[in-house]
Amino acid sequence: MNTTVKTVKIDAAGVYYRDLNARLREHVQNSPDGLGYIEIRNVCGQRYIGTDLDKPVKIDIYGVPGNDLGAFMDGPQITVHGNAQDGLGNTMNNGEIVVHGHAGDILAMSARGGRIFVKEDVGYRAGIHMKEYKEKKPIVVIGGVAQDFMAEYMAGGVMVVLGLGLEKGEYHRANFIGTGMHAGVVYLRGKVHDFQLGKEVGVKDLDSADQQVLEGLVKDFSGYFGYQANEILKEKFIKLFPLYLRPYGRLYAG
Amino acid sequence: MKTYVPNKFIVERDESKCVGCQVCVTQCSFETHSWDGEEQAVKSQQDRCVGCHRCAMFCPTGAITIRRNPLEYRENYNWRAEYIEDVYKQAETGGVLLTGMGTDKPHKIYWDHLVLNASQVTNPSIDPLREPMELRTYLGRKPEKVELGPGNASLKTRLAPQVPIEVPVMFSAMSYGAVSINVHESLARAATEAGTLFNTGEGGLHPKLYKYGQNTIVQVASGRFGVHAEYLDVGRVIEIKIGQGAKPGIGGHLPGEKVSKEVAEVRMIPMGTDALSPAPHHDIYSIEDLSQLIYALKEATNYTKPVSVKIAAVHNAAAIASGMVRAGADIIALDGIRGATGAAPKIIRDNVGIPIELAIASVDSRLRAEGIRNQASLVAAGGFRNAGDVVKAIALGADAVYIGTAALIAMGCAVCQQCHTGKCAWGICTSDITLTKRLNPDIGSRRLANLLRAWSLEIKDILGGLGVNALESLRGNRLHLRGVDLTDTELKVLGVQMAGE
Repeated sequence: MNTTVKTVKIDAAGVYYRDLNARLREHVQNSPDGLGYIEIRNVCGQRYIGTDLDKPVKIDIYGVPGNDLGAFMDGPQITVHGNAQDGLGNTMNNGEIVVHGHAGDILAMSARGGRIFVKEDVGYRAGIHMKEYKEKKPIVVIGGVAQDFMAEYMAGGVMVVLGLGLEKGEYHRANFIGTGMHAGVVYLRGKVHDFQLGKEVGVKDLDSADQQVLEGLVKDFSGYFGYQANEILKEKFIKLFPLYLRPYGRLYAG
Repeated sequence: MKTYVPNKFIVERDESKCVGCQVCVTQCSFETHSWDGEEQAVKSQQDRCVGCHRCAMFCPTGAITIRRNPLEYRENYNWRAEYIEDVYKQAETGGVLLTGMGTDKPHKIYWDHLVLNASQVTNPSIDPLREPMELRTYLGRKPEKVELGPGNASLKTRLAPQVPIEVPVMFSAMSYGAVSINVHESLARAATEAGTLFNTGEGGLHPKLYKYGQNTIVQVASGRFGVHAEYLDVGRVIEIKIGQGAKPGIGGHLPGEKVSKEVAEVRMIPMGTDALSPAPHHDIYSIEDLSQLIYALKEATNYTKPVSVKIAAVHNAAAIASGMVRAGADIIALDGIRGATGAAPKIIRDNVGIPIELAIASVDSRLRAEGIRNQASLVAAGGFRNAGDVVKAIALGADAVYIGTAALIAMGCAVCQQCHTGKCAWGICTSDITLTKRLNPDIGSRRLANLLRAWSLEIKDILGGLGVNALESLRGNRLHLRGVDLTDTELKVLGVQMAGE
């Protein structure tokens, strides 16, 4: 067992993103077992944090990291104490990102692994083209609401949208939810009108297997952000699923 | 519904030669030939023939001849047979017409209207058989100026990553899934032997080909299939695919039938599902966003590899290319309207985009005018047929070219345009396990390496004739070109003079 976890503190004030990421790369490479802990203070818009890191190092970010946080990331555990911007978890392979705030557009775009938890709302096209393969299955849990085109082209993974900011009985506002979805699942807490859903999306109640997955994720979410999982789970959830595995099979003359 | 679409081809079997061996029956993946047990003879169902000549080539007695069906409609320039039959097909299916390969329409081929110069009297030509001749090309961003260290013994300027290729011809992006694993292996091995690069296309790279990584361009397209840290690390160059000459502006669907167990593993998607490549990258809606992805990839590989950006040649290609260079692209790849595909809507393939010749000329001119031509290499693609086309492209301003169709033809492709069916009888554009075995990578790579050797020799011959001993001296030197049968505007866009001037 490794008992001396290496801790590094970085002040990112005024540090150019390339220099910051070069330092992260250096620290992680020098940590042979990858079990280091890095605390970055005063982060203000630096992009690509975590991108070239392939070990399960823990990183705490204070401030607002820039676009593409954790893009192509393969292992680190990142906690953001603040808001995040666009492209969080872009094409992410493995690891975890927890955001104590909101996040921007294309959250988890094309992700094929890892877990992302966002306390508040996220922007447009969240979960677009997430895909899964065998044991690799991306997970996204959003505490607030997502904007239009969430789960677009979704090709795998699990997305949970809790809608915690919605008033009782208030509908989600996103349109074109799950257009082109052809695999994966979305668990949505709160209500949507049929017209808000893409025509490739079906709605049904959760079965016991769904419920088990959902409960596990809501518990993790509640643990990170200090909610009562039971309170969240009291509200009705619906399951959004793809009606067709091949939505575009009949387009061609052959 | 009875189809009104007539046979494209007539299969003629010379009964006096046919020995009933049924090689044609097993070779035809479109099931044209069958054995008639009652008559003890091979029969052919002509409407299934696609004209790929696999059966004729493998018939041991030469009994089969494939001819075009001479079905004659009443002469009508507007309503030619193809357009009549396309309407039939759509009336019968209600679908988009899908096709493979590059456009077969008579778009003007400017290479055929450009001629090269040669040395006569006033300067000596060079004999490449006995004098050194340099084809090596370095791909990547070049510095504004070079500073030398103490005693001029070292380089002070830090160079961006440079990738040398020994022949200015690379294999264009063809994805595993669209083409077979044996095609990928043949391309990888031939590229390694010839000292050039092959491009994975957007379907990832099979781990057994990782050992050819130093000769591999790994592509990142909108579907991000098979894109992960190891894949990015293994390649020599990373290419962001924005567009493709055969289908500018649209995404792609690899049909579920082609997503076999192995293709699924490399793409990292479930077997049998459609692999959808969205039309845009949803993280790129602007030049600034493109820059973000370019630098995300550079960050992901610690600035060790050039990043290429490939677009289809379209009306504003020159302005877009300028933006791409400023966004940080180290290589600009342009794919013209004659560029090919494994599957595209025919209506897009035949009507969208501009010829590659005009795109090379206008992009090169624009980047020079803006003083940023050194910041990126220019790679041209889209229908290159021979070494003459390659030399002309380089004289117009390209650093190197991509060949796709020519490479497939080298491996046996007869350009029958059935790539989208996944039934390629030559075992090239298919993921069917039995069909893929028809291409032996030992033979495929040999044929490809031979092609590159032959073109290299021809390029050197042309250079020698021009009195030029390095490809570098020809690059962008349009004085070596003259136009024939071109309008003033065409000459102006191409930046070449009329022959005789």
